Amino acid sequence: MELSPFYQELFESLNRGLLMSVALIIPSALGGILIGIFAGCLRAFGNGLVRTLGNTYAAIFRGTPLVVQLFILYFGLPNLGLYLSPYAAAVTGFILCSGAYQSEYIRGALLSIKRGQYHGAQALGFTTLQTIFWIIIPQAIRRAIHGCGNEIIYLIKYSSLAYIVTCLELTGEGKTIATEYFRFTEVFTIIGLYYLALVSCAVLILKKIEQRLYIPGFGHK
Amino acid sequence: MTTRQPLLKVAALRKTFDNNPILKGVSFELHKGGIIVLIGPSGGGKSTLLQCINCLTIPDGGEIEFDRQRLDIHSRPALYQHRQDVGMIFQEFNLFDHLSARDNITIALRKIKKLPRREADERARLELEQVGLADKAELYPAQLSGGQKQRVAIARALAMDPKVLLLDEPTSALDPELIGEVINVIKELAAKGMTMIMATHQISLIATLADHILFMEDGRIAEQGSPAELLGAGCASKTQGFCDRLNQLSGE
Repeated sequence: MELSPFYQELFESLNRGLLMSVALIIPSALGGILIGIFAGCLRAFGNGLVRTLGNTYAAIFRGTPLVVQLFILYFGLPNLGLYLSPYAAAVTGFILCSGAYQSEYIRGALLSIKRGQYHGAQALGFTTLQTIFWIIIPQAIRRAIHGCGNEIIYLIKYSSLAYIVTCLELTGEGKTIATEYFRFTEVFTIIGLYYLALVSCAVLILKKIEQRLYIPGFGHK
Repeated sequence: MTTRQPLLKVAALRKTFDNNPILKGVSFELHKGGIIVLIGPSGGGKSTLLQCINCLTIPDGGEIEFDRQRLDIHSRPALYQHRQDVGMIFQEFNLFDHLSARDNITIALRKIKKLPRREADERARLELEQVGLADKAELYPAQLSGGQKQRVAIARALAMDPKVLLLDEPTSALDPELIGEVINVIKELAAKGMTMIMATHQISLIATLADHILFMEDGRIAEQGSPAELLGAGCASKTQGFCDRLNQLSGE
């Protein structure tokens, strides 16, 4: 079956965009989780100053639109002599934004761990850091995983905002074709299906991770 | 015997929570191999005293001398070392929920004592065998009964080779039919000469195990002595009265 030139060009562009989207999503998801764990720990356990720092970070990045953050990173920072490529600006924005949301899930999970777990560890001679690292975080991750997965799925979709800082990913590539051929319905329906496929993959992977991390007493298999 | 240095010496220990004095100057000595039983009404300060001894709760005042060394409660390294030497068993077990019975025991050996995994596993196997749970090594806390959890907790504490064991009402959170298995383990420990301080309401433990009873009330030691002195026939001690009330309640 021969595809019409429109569809040939569309799929070629969308596949290229898909690769770019994946290249945006994977480091953003991983970076977001790492920053989220770090900031979540600071916000849950830090003393006055560090906690305020963590809370301020979360307040800023959860409190302002991602579009605004991306604009500042890409169009604003050059005024300070800092030039980011479209890709770097997008990934940085996604990591910081995602990290802020992740830190909230992680913080909630950390605070939900019972006092007794700390006492049990401290009584054996664990230092505070060792207790947090070996006892509290492994449990908190299992409590936070559903929220964190939710945030990653959300990230997959807001990665489409990269195109506004000229990083052409799935949505950006599709929009170019749609404008060129003036066929918005078909193009955006297909883009929607691409995202649906991406999210389905993510859901599958998250489910696998959940099963991998399953421990009796932490949810159901 | 009297010239022997005590293993643990506590002097004038004080602790206040929110203007509410819980310990109002508690002093006692414990010799190696000795077993002190703490009894008394709830809120009398038993748990707080135990938590102050290994500094899970930092006392406001007083002194702790352990193994002839005065404990500097402001030095974190000293506290961490002290807690390794002083094992603690909790009413609520406090097993690590994300680790199997074996890893509950090995994690402190691996991360604090830096034993290699193989040696730690071997030690865990031995300790679990001691408490009769050799076949439960792979199970997680959620898969164990209360009595089994408490026995794993005891195995976990013993694997650190503590010089003294603090037990905070080790059988109070257990169903009645599970108390026996934990009591047996504690009695075996006593028979092996483990030095212990135990808060309990378990009459059978008080009478058979204690060489010294501290009756705590209102943040102070209200009465102390050997079981014979406090619980002997015809003695009208507070301890005797308290135990009688416990007996009536439990219908023993």
